[in-house]
Amino acid sequence: MDVEILARIQFAFTVAFHYIYPPLSIGLGLVMVFMEGMFLKTGRQVYHHMARFWTKIFALTFGIGVATGIVMEFEFGTNWAVYSRYVGDVFGSALAAEGIFAFALESGFLGVLLFGWNRVSPRVHFMATIGVWLGSMFSAIWIVVANSWQQTPAGFHIVGEGMLARAEITDFWAMVFNPSSVDRVLHVWIGAFLAGAFLVMSVHAWYLVKGRHVELSRKGFKIALAIAAVSSVAQLFAGHRSAEVVARYQPAKLAAMEGHFDTLETADLYLLGWVNKEDQQTWGLKISNGLSFLVNGDWGAKVPGLNSFPEEDRPGAVNAVFQFYHLMVMIGMALIGLTLLGLVLWWRGKLFDQRWLMRLFVPALILPQKANQVGWFTAEMGRQPWVVYGHLRTSEALSEAVTAGQVLFSLILFTIIYLLLFGLFIYLLHRKIVKGPEEGDDFVHRPKQGAIFQD
Amino acid sequence: MATFLGIDYPTLWFLVVGGLFSGYAILDGFDLGAGALHLFLKKENSRRIALNAVGPVWDGNEVWLVIGGGALFAGFPVVYAFLFSAMYIPFMLFLAFLIFRAVSIEFRSKEPMLWWRKFWDISYSVSSVMLAFLLGVVLGNVLQGVPVGEHFSFQGHWLQFINLYAVMVGVTTVALFSMHGAIYLTMKTEGRLFAKLTLLLRRTIIFFVVSFALTTVYTLIYLPHLSDDFKASPALFVLPLIAMLSIANIPRLVSRHKYLQAFIFSSVTVSMLLILVAFELYPNILLSTVDPQFNIDVYNAASSEKSLGIMLLIALIGAPLVAAYTIFVFWTFKGKVKLDETSY
Repeated sequence: MDVEILARIQFAFTVAFHYIYPPLSIGLGLVMVFMEGMFLKTGRQVYHHMARFWTKIFALTFGIGVATGIVMEFEFGTNWAVYSRYVGDVFGSALAAEGIFAFALESGFLGVLLFGWNRVSPRVHFMATIGVWLGSMFSAIWIVVANSWQQTPAGFHIVGEGMLARAEITDFWAMVFNPSSVDRVLHVWIGAFLAGAFLVMSVHAWYLVKGRHVELSRKGFKIALAIAAVSSVAQLFAGHRSAEVVARYQPAKLAAMEGHFDTLETADLYLLGWVNKEDQQTWGLKISNGLSFLVNGDWGAKVPGLNSFPEEDRPGAVNAVFQFYHLMVMIGMALIGLTLLGLVLWWRGKLFDQRWLMRLFVPALILPQKANQVGWFTAEMGRQPWVVYGHLRTSEALSEAVTAGQVLFSLILFTIIYLLLFGLFIYLLHRKIVKGPEEGDDFVHRPKQGAIFQD
Repeated sequence: MATFLGIDYPTLWFLVVGGLFSGYAILDGFDLGAGALHLFLKKENSRRIALNAVGPVWDGNEVWLVIGGGALFAGFPVVYAFLFSAMYIPFMLFLAFLIFRAVSIEFRSKEPMLWWRKFWDISYSVSSVMLAFLLGVVLGNVLQGVPVGEHFSFQGHWLQFINLYAVMVGVTTVALFSMHGAIYLTMKTEGRLFAKLTLLLRRTIIFFVVSFALTTVYTLIYLPHLSDDFKASPALFVLPLIAMLSIANIPRLVSRHKYLQAFIFSSVTVSMLLILVAFELYPNILLSTVDPQFNIDVYNAASSEKSLGIMLLIALIGAPLVAAYTIFVFWTFKGKVKLDETSY
């Protein structure tokens, strides 16, 4: 295998593994903010107990998220040196902002969030929780801005030629608010809320099925269900807006997402199907003219097919892009169905009478995770063969100094470490969940006598 | 060329990156050092206290590396691209140890079994030592110069990062961080563990002084470009003098049991050593061993003035915020370590 494919596999693998965790941090952070907020508002210890329980799970996901995240940053330089040189000037400000405004906030207050229960007052602790959550939200902004710039570059010009060509920033705000960044940040945030909320629902549903921590779990489940229901519906709109941007700025990606080869008078929308790239056929269940309508709001609009782009400028793995995209959409619909069903039953006062529904929510935590993963696979594989859309090809972005042997070595290294890490993560998560929240009168928020920041 | 306070932007950003790496070395330095000493503490309770002394802050300390790396990427993409791809293996190993260390801290106290704790203790300590060592190896290579060719191409062999000087700087870094970490732990502990640590601290001071002296002699003889500015100008000689005095001050303060002050001076030592080499290298960042005309300096490596200007503004707004919550966190966890139900 050559360096390019190995480096792409390594990046895809390390980033996909990393991306299990940050959405959980963002989503759990939001749930914890609500839990602690309820504790401050009502003064009831049950909210305090659930917040403390989820803080422990949060610590687990956060730690792995940070450690696997540094890998991504370093890989830019080690495996993608030409890319780093090319984008450094543009990414610079986004990265600087991410580091200073997001990471420092997040990691700084994390210590207080995890270890400060007995050292600061509930109100200060609540502020620390908000600080950590906001930090994770900000870091999502800046990293998605950087990625969106790769999808829809703006606010820059190219200087230098050949190997020394690079993008230079000309307009900071045009770079930040490039055509896809706002919609994609929303899409990513909401996906993260869903991942966190479904984990919380899964665990509390499991307790309810087992008849453990009943009062706490009912309350916790409702908080997460409310977040998940709002998010899943909002995701429909955020996702649609992202697709509109793709249609407008990355038509070849859209054509691959829909397995659409020839530019016909109107374009169909597939609900599911299979793409055969060789004979340029797509089979499946479809809504006639649906794509024309979704993209242009007009059932009779033209949508360019893959064949209208030169072969070397369009994504290669068409069926993969098609399948990932459709899987994401299907999961999104399922999440809406599941959460709205939950809401209706809640409203009728029967939410916890349905054991089958609780049983359904236990494995459902996989769904938003899967959707987040395949959504990114769609975005990134659909962007090929470009790393910076229309400007820098993936094949030209590699490090010249690095050999296939070196990349293979690091790929094997990371595969072993990450498998081990994942095994440990599942093991410890399982143990924490089995152990459950600690309840009882001797487990209340009690800052030490004379502790600072009492209010 | 645009300037701020009379200094041009690339030079300013060089100072920012230098400041961030100094901050990283001071902050993560003490927790890496504490990790390096971990196995010398034999009792379970001592190990837990040592681990919890760095528990609430190590994550925040590591963020300085993320920010420093980002600042290098952003301001000097050419340096970032060259250095990271030329030093592929050390950086990959660095990442692997970084993950192992983070995981060891998180997982160690989650299970009571002896073999479990022993395994993570070893993993934690070995990875702390290796991280310090690899940082030193990379620094050692930067100090000697690297094989930069035309168009910033790498002209060396991928194993070239292993050489005598790089190993010497690596060992010195381990020694420096061990001493720094020992002082920190001494500050955070009491009773018999404290007594044990004062003993360890004295040994780390000897370890550091010896390895530092050897590296310095080697540098003066074989790497004259790292001392010529100071030799040429008596006024500048004050910089190495400050470094020497602050090193000499550490055992003096330790023997008087003034650990906080000793910690301040070991922090000063860490940053002074970086300032010295940065000063000698400037305006170069990476010296080419192929031909001096291929040297990578702050000007040919820098991002555009526009980009640097924006980043400086962000840094100016952000720095007080970072300082404020760093102080808040250290203040919240000040004093001797007490284990409670939230501890590792």
